Amino acid sequence: MSNIAGFILISVGLAFDLFGCLGLLRLPDVYNRLQAATKCVTLGTCSILFGMFLITGFTSSGIKAVLCIIFLLLTSPVAAHALARASHKSGVKLWEGSVVDRYEEDAK
Amino acid sequence: MIGRYIRYIIGAAALLAVILVILFRPPEILFYPYLEHIGFLKRALFVLLLCSVLCVYRIIKGPTASDRIVGIDMFGILIIGFCAVLTVSTGRSWYIDIGIAWALQSFISTLALAKYLEGKDFDE
Repeated sequence: MSNIAGFILISVGLAFDLFGCLGLLRLPDVYNRLQAATKCVTLGTCSILFGMFLITGFTSSGIKAVLCIIFLLLTSPVAAHALARASHKSGVKLWEGSVVDRYEEDAK
Repeated sequence: MIGRYIRYIIGAAALLAVILVILFRPPEILFYPYLEHIGFLKRALFVLLLCSVLCVYRIIKGPTASDRIVGIDMFGILIIGFCAVLTVSTGRSWYIDIGIAWALQSFISTLALAKYLEGKDFDE
């Protein structure tokens, strides 16, 4: 039973990874691409790792997968925020169809 | 002209060879041969390889440096998923160690590259 749940979770994670990479390919801007990439981390790879934990159970590799999930959930949004702030400060322009830029208004 | 793009051609040929090997003749290093659901895991590896090809396109083509850094970050995340699928498909538990080490290294390198883009020193 947990095998089937694990394979379903791995399928969901693969679908999210594929859509995140399509967004990385197709979206027009650094910030939009960063948004697609961050969704891909939290719902894609963490789902794959949790499915692996359900399949292998409470063995050493399963516990390591849970540790990897916790570490990814803690560090990946921090890295994304730092990258967005750095690219805004280094002068990367927004896409011309963008509506609002709150960070620029706050910086003034 | 051909000398400038020869590394891209070699990389694409190697990636295509890996895809063909996984599709048509799974080697016994990658797959424990007495496991059930081996076809599903093979297709999972193929989907992850397709995603990494898209990421490599963004790394090569990206207009600014930030695009390339986003692509490299994404590529590391895909490698962690690849290690998880390999742990299930081979039954060897040390593949997930590679994943944990890659997560640590990817986080630190992304922060360092962001600091470099911002134009500050590393000790601020």
